[in-house]
Amino acid sequence: MFIILAVFIIGSALMCVMTTRIMRAATFMLFVLFGVAGIYFLLDYTYLAAAQISVYAGGVTMIYIFAIQLVSKRTLQGLEERVRSSRMIVGGLAALAGLLVVGLIVAKTGFITQPMACSDFELPMKAIGTALVGAGKYQYVLPFEFISVFLLACIIGGLVVARKEEKDV
Amino acid sequence: MIPIECYFALSALLFFIGVYGFVTRRNLIAMLISVELVLNAVDLNFAAINRLLYPQGMEGMFMTLFVIGVAAAESAVAIAIIINVYRNFRSDSVDAIKNMKR
Repeated sequence: MFIILAVFIIGSALMCVMTTRIMRAATFMLFVLFGVAGIYFLLDYTYLAAAQISVYAGGVTMIYIFAIQLVSKRTLQGLEERVRSSRMIVGGLAALAGLLVVGLIVAKTGFITQPMACSDFELPMKAIGTALVGAGKYQYVLPFEFISVFLLACIIGGLVVARKEEKDV
Repeated sequence: MIPIECYFALSALLFFIGVYGFVTRRNLIAMLISVELVLNAVDLNFAAINRLLYPQGMEGMFMTLFVIGVAAAESAVAIAIIINVYRNFRSDSVDAIKNMKR
């Protein structure tokens, strides 16, 4: 199951960065998000997977698709950016170098070798809820409230940035 | 049982696919999509390491949850900026933008 999901995620991500049409990139990003949600289900983080699907696949992808429809009409009709091959080579080299460094670090340290223990333990929803809005130790009401204020600030900021400016400014 | 290295390998691959997309694409929305791929890779690592080290704890899970929230806010603001850029410059490519204010 993990292999299927991994191949699905990697293939979709590759298609997402390789394709030249922006709408297809958004669709493949949706596939990647669903695949990552599947990995969360596999890790028995069902709440996390639900949040991933509802926030990412429901909200963020919808924002992207609306933005694409608003911004680039020409892009949808096929005459789309041509990725220059020199830049492609540079990007590929950078990505490969980083991947090599990370792989070497993981292989060199080898700090965790035992297989995933206790992978079939699901956190009870009640514990998640009390930890999310509790104010004690190891409880998370402060970042929760901070995130909510941050989202409000981002909504207001987005409205201010995207609103039509007056002509006489 | 799936060894933890598989999760690390998947996360690293996803991360660097995102980096590659961020470097190569010149479209603003495509770059943003690549950033989303990078964020998902990091979320995956958080969840896997939390499951491995502290199966009873939920620190990594909440970290991932907050990262999802921040990513939603970030993409909303970035989309607002992109729409404004498109309105001003009639283009959605980074090469078209010479100054921040025309």
